[in-house]
This record gives sequence, structure tokens and C-alpha cells, in this order.
Amino acid sequence: MQSNADTQPSEKPTALPIRIQSLTKKYGKFYALDSVDLDIKSGEFLTLLGPSGSGKTTLLMAIAGFNRPDAGSIRFGDDEMILTPPHKRNVGMVFQSYALFPHMTVAENVAFPLKLRGVSAEESAERVDEALTTVQLASLGARGIEELSGGQRQRVALARAFVFRPRILLMDEPLSALDKKLREQMQIELKHLHEQLGVTTVYVTHDQREALTMSDRIAVINHGKLAQVDTPHAIYNRPANAFVADFIGESTMLPLTRNGSGQLSFAGNLISHDPVSAGDYSLVIRPERLSVIRETVSDPQQTLVFSGTIREFVFQGDTAFALASISDRHDVSFRFATDSASSENSLRPGDPVSLGLNRSDVIIIPRGEVQ
Amino acid sequence: MGWLKKPASDTQLTHGDRLWLYVVAAIIMLLLVIPTLIVIPMSFSASQYLEFPPETWSMRWYDVYLESPKWMRATVTSMQVGVLTMLLATPVGTMAAYALFVSGHRAARALFMFLITPMIVPVILIAIGTFYAYGRIGLNNTITGLVLAHSVLAAPLVMIVITSALRNYDLNQERVARSLGATRLKAFFVITLPQIKFSLVTAALLSFLTSFDEVIIAIFVSGGTNATLTKHMFAALRDFIDPTIAAISTIMILVSTTLLLATQFLGAKQK
Repeated sequence: MQSNADTQPSEKPTALPIRIQSLTKKYGKFYALDSVDLDIKSGEFLTLLGPSGSGKTTLLMAIAGFNRPDAGSIRFGDDEMILTPPHKRNVGMVFQSYALFPHMTVAENVAFPLKLRGVSAEESAERVDEALTTVQLASLGARGIEELSGGQRQRVALARAFVFRPRILLMDEPLSALDKKLREQMQIELKHLHEQLGVTTVYVTHDQREALTMSDRIAVINHGKLAQVDTPHAIYNRPANAFVADFIGESTMLPLTRNGSGQLSFAGNLISHDPVSAGDYSLVIRPERLSVIRETVSDPQQTLVFSGTIREFVFQGDTAFALASISDRHDVSFRFATDSASSENSLRPGDPVSLGLNRSDVIIIPRGEVQ
Repeated sequence: MGWLKKPASDTQLTHGDRLWLYVVAAIIMLLLVIPTLIVIPMSFSASQYLEFPPETWSMRWYDVYLESPKWMRATVTSMQVGVLTMLLATPVGTMAAYALFVSGHRAARALFMFLITPMIVPVILIAIGTFYAYGRIGLNNTITGLVLAHSVLAAPLVMIVITSALRNYDLNQERVARSLGATRLKAFFVITLPQIKFSLVTAALLSFLTSFDEVIIAIFVSGGTNATLTKHMFAALRDFIDPTIAAISTIMILVSTTLLLATQFLGAKQK
């Protein structure tokens, strides 16, 4: 991060918490949002993550004021916002298409919200400069929008969204139009910018890696309902249900059997000692958490062992990916870092293999649909 | 004639192979414009009668037109009605196009089709209907009546031009402007309007032309001191034929072509 301590906004905007309660939005018979409850903390970076049509953009637009929910409440701090028009909500917004004004220069674009607020020309120029410096476009104020690259446009859209010191910043897939390299670079920059501004940020994406990289917390949304709201770490390591386990990261799900005393096992392996309540459960295995075992396991209490046969093996450069068939019908996928000397590089379909899973990596979820 | 041997397209057909196509295309183009252009030389005839080609040349029929109070009054009426139609149809059509484009409601498309029916219905039907309706409310032979009727014809054109402009425009810009603190009206005027202004001017020029060139409705509902140029021309053709008509036609062709070229030029500029 470059040093721009001297260019930080002189007065930090007071970030506001957002409290969403039983928010419902219907389109005909289709529930775009189905009684959503979500508390977003002051200054937090929260990502709404979900497949297309899940309701994440509808929720963002409801927060911005561009659609009127059928029921529920949206509060910024203590103020109910549900009937407040967008121009009075004082939120900065960045769209996927950037939506820069092509008939204005970069500086005029950034000055737009200040002009609407009656900021004097002198102060406005100063703040536009400050904002453009923050997004590293200090010298480009006089340029036209057409002359900018995709990444530069993105930065202008950002500067325009925070120059008036809003208490809330909303972003709708702002990086999805950029190429992979630039996108990853901008993710880090956005994260730094958020730390610097301290503003409550709601970010929409369908890219799980982006969500895991940037967020304080992720709200996974599907069919208009929140599937899980938690830190990236918890979302990945302790998915609450089949949808989250499947949508975030790669995973194999194996059906578990529950014995009379409520313990769960898979193919004779006892998976959980602690009894669980009645119901169907699945074991979720992340491919990178499985390892190929050459010798006998020293501590069977610590490691679960599955034996099977290699079905496919793919070398992908930094990692290798393989599919093994265990206990008849079940395929598990696993992935490991490659190494020029390792004998694991020479696995062939048909080879027998033992796969170890550390007991601390065991994830048990109620069995359910991944859709 | 080396040109004939050169390839005319990626398929390696030469211009020679295509010669027949060029001839057919040229004939079709001539057939389209000759009936219009034939009045131009006729208007410069010195003869008492319409003749082609003229045996002697003069500007006398332009003088007759310019010195006739009847023709001048009709010209002023046509201009007046054209400008007023433009001033009415452009904002009304723009508002309708914007509302229907933005609403996204299921009925919006049906309503759009309904509003552009005056383009599809034979104008004579509109003229007859308007004539009887105006008879009841006393709008026949008035400027107001003519402007209203012409706006009905012009508004669909405005709607089509503005809708196509909005299709090429990112409405998120208006949303951003609103989130940044602009009211909806302000966002429209400051952000959207400047970006569709060329289409707006095009729509305005087309509205003017629709009214200026219109004859059928004018025959039915305009008359007396408020008769339009086109109505007088029609009557003149029936009663006595002299080359004044050709002179007026030439002027009208000039006005129409200039305005149409202007719309094309503006369209190219917008891209």
C-alpha cells in the first residue's frame, strides 16, 4: 500500500450500521427476497454472495432505495429508510458497468455529488483531488471518460462514490468486467480503501474467491434467503448446509449412517463420537484436506482413512487433482501440491490408494439439496 | 477498364461480374427519385402550363408564389402548425417513451404498440374520425385542431426515435446520479438528456416534417385562413394547373431534404 496518510479525508465519515428485518420482495409469485434478516455492523465489509437470480442484487438495490420491498424494514443506524428516496439515503454506489457520465470529464464526474450538495467550487476541487489521489489517478482529472482503461474507469467510479463521505458504500459486482490479474489487484486495493475510509460496505459478487478475499463477513444468499452469514474462515471451514458447502469451494459430500446411539459413520469408519439428533447427515470433504497415505497411520484417533482406487489423475501445474473411488459407489476428489520428486505424481488410474483426513477437518452437515 | 477485373468482395467476384447488379440498383434508385425531381426543372419554365422539359426558362413562378398573399398565408400557417406540432409532440413522445422504457411493466409493451397505432392505421381513417370529432367540439379550421391531429401522427415517431436512443444508454447512470444525491427529475435532465440530445433534435425535426408534409388530415380539418400549404396545393391542382405548384414543390423538397439530411448527420454524430 502506498503512503497516502496525508491525503486521507480530513474528517472520517461516521460509518453506520444497517439493520435489515424480515425484508420481502415479490415479483408476481416469485420471492426475490423472502423475509431476510441481516445486521451489518458499523464499518464492516460485508459481501452478499450467491448465484445469479439468488436475490443478492435485489437486496443491494433495496438498501440503495431503487426498489420498494413489499414488507420489512431497513434501518441505517436508528433511521428507517424503507420510504426514503435514493437521493436522500446518502449512500455511495458503484455499479458493474461503472455508469460514469460520458459527457463529463473525470473531475466533473467525481465533483458531481459535491455539486449537488452545494459544496463551494474551491473545496470541491480540493476534495476531488484528494479522492483521485486516493485511487491513484491524481493527474487524470481533465481526461474524458472514453480515454480511460477499464481499471481506471473503475477507480473513477469509486472516487465518485466516496468523495462526498457517505456513511455507507454499496458495490454491485464492481470488478467483474476486469481481467483476472487486474481484478485480483483491485480486490486488494478495495480492501485497503475500505480500511482507510472506515465506511460500512456492502459488496455484491457471485465470485466466491473474491468474497473470501475481501470480506469481514459473507452473507451467502440463495432463492431469496440467507443460507449462512459468517466470516470467510467459518463459511469455508464450517459450512452450515449443503448449499454453502457446494457453492463455496470444492467439496465431496458423502452420506453418513446414524446408529442407534446417534453416532455417525461412513463405510464402517466412525465419523463422530458425539451423538446427534435424528435426521440425515452428510460428510463434507474439501479436496485439499485429503492426503495420500503411504505407511500405516500412527494415530488412527487423529486421522480417518479411506481406501480406494484412483479413477482419474490430472496434473495442473502447481497442484494435481485426482478422483478416487472409495467403498464402492462413492467418488471423492482430492488435490495436493505437486513436487518434482514426489512419487504421488505417478499415480495412475487403477492404482490402489489410501486417503487420510484429519479429524479436525471433518465437516458434518444436514443432508440436503445443493440447489 | 482495369477496375472491372478487380475483386468486388471476399468471394473474388469481379466488378465486371457484378455489373448487372450495379445497373439494376441504379435503375431502382432513379425510379425512386425521378418522380420527385421532375418538378424541379418544370418550376423554372417560362410557359403558362406545366411542361417537361420546359422550352423556355424563367423564375416567374417563384415570383408568383412569393407575391401571392394566399400562398404566403398558407406557408405561414404550415410553418406555424409544423413548429407547434414539434413543440407538442417532442416532449409528449419523449415522456411516453421514457416512461414505457423504464417501467419494465408487462403492460408497457402493449401500451407502446397502442400508442404508435397512428403510424399503422390509414391516415384517411384518422382524418375522417378527427373531422367528425372536431365538428362536435368546434376545432375544425383551427390551428389548435390541426396541431393536435398532427401531434397524434408525430408522437409515435418521437417515441420510436427516443426509445432506440434509450436502448443504447446505460440507465444505471441515472441510478448512480440518484444515489449521489440527484432527484429523479434532475438526474434525467442533467445526465440522461444531454446524452440523447441528438436523438431529441432528430425527433423534433421529424415531428416538424410530419406536420409540414401532411396533406390528408389538412384537407379534412384545415380551411379558410388556416388552410395549410399542402391543402392549397391540392386544391390548386384540381382547379387550375400552373407552374406555381412546381415552384412550391421544389421549395418543399428543399426543406424536407435539408431536414432529413440534418437528422442523418446528427445520427452519425451520436455514434
